[in-house]
Amino acid sequence: MISLTSPVETRAHGWSAGLKLFLLCAATMVLFSVEALPWHLGFLACCLTLYSMPGRQFLLTGVRRLWVLWPFVLLIVLWHFFTGNLEGGLVIVLRMITAVGLANLVTMTTRLSDMMSVVRWLTRPLRALGVKTQRIEIAIALVVRFTPVLAGKGQLLAMAWRARAVKRVGWRIITPFAVLAIDDAEHVAEALRARGGV
Amino acid sequence: MERSITLIALFAALIAALGLIPKFTLAFGVPITAQTLGVMLCGTVLGARRGGLAVLLFLGLVALGLPLLAGGRGGLGVFASPSVGFLIGWPLAAFVAGWFMEQMRNMPVGLAAGVASALGGIVVMYIFGIAGLMVMLDKSMLQSAGLVSAFIPGDIIKAVLAGFITAGLAKARPASLLSRT
Repeated sequence: MISLTSPVETRAHGWSAGLKLFLLCAATMVLFSVEALPWHLGFLACCLTLYSMPGRQFLLTGVRRLWVLWPFVLLIVLWHFFTGNLEGGLVIVLRMITAVGLANLVTMTTRLSDMMSVVRWLTRPLRALGVKTQRIEIAIALVVRFTPVLAGKGQLLAMAWRARAVKRVGWRIITPFAVLAIDDAEHVAEALRARGGV
Repeated sequence: MERSITLIALFAALIAALGLIPKFTLAFGVPITAQTLGVMLCGTVLGARRGGLAVLLFLGLVALGLPLLAGGRGGLGVFASPSVGFLIGWPLAAFVAGWFMEQMRNMPVGLAAGVASALGGIVVMYIFGIAGLMVMLDKSMLQSAGLVSAFIPGDIIKAVLAGFITAGLAKARPASLLSRT
């Protein structure tokens, strides 16, 4: 399955995922404790510098992922323009873009397997308490495996609808869609039990 | 145990798949993303605990970096965006919907599922969503509520649909409706 990790290999790909997550937490806390506009301009500039270091393609991908924030940017800027507190609005907007940008940066430079090892480390105390954390890992593997399977089945249902109906595909296909998911779940549960269970 | 795990995992995958199939358009032209409908169904079909866990699993994978949210969004960035409150509210919405579904055993399935979805998927979800906007955009409660009020009619429709769909599932696969067994 496609993940959001960047195919452009950066130096940060080699860093420990735990360290990157810790730095992200610290940076986000700083972002939310500072209120002055010049600082936030500086923070955003630093964030964009980090994006531009691995090259043009990485920067473009990163900026494209930030583009989804534009409705919020427009809304806040207009709001604060009309209420006469544009500087306050700019601080909110810059903080939002930098916070999302830094979080995306961690996602783009960390492989799914590295993230999983952080999850395994974080769930260690649970294991000590006797919770079987392998169940979480099996569930994760099942979701990764079955999302494309179910999406494919959903497409087939939509095609079958279009072949028979004049109306557009509507909510009515969700019931058979959920039935397919339930049936798959029952089959997989049986298969897991047959192989010794979890 | 195996059955619980696979149903939780497959419903998490169902939420993801609902974000991948094309958007539906309702009769009068309101486009809806089906993922929040999936969240409501997790609660009404799987019950409080399993439904909440299914949504939590889904969000965990989004945080790990899989592009499972509608429009191919995902990663840690979505948890720093203004809509983070809604995402945090998702597992609780499923839990509350499931809890009410379990409490209203004497009511017909469809009606109970519709009411439970409205309480979980609208009341709980919006409390968290509005709180998220207040923090992220530095707005008052009323201002934040005003920003999201446009989406409430769509969510009411989704709660009604969740009722119909759950009633359909209760007929098609009664044994798998864990909220009622």
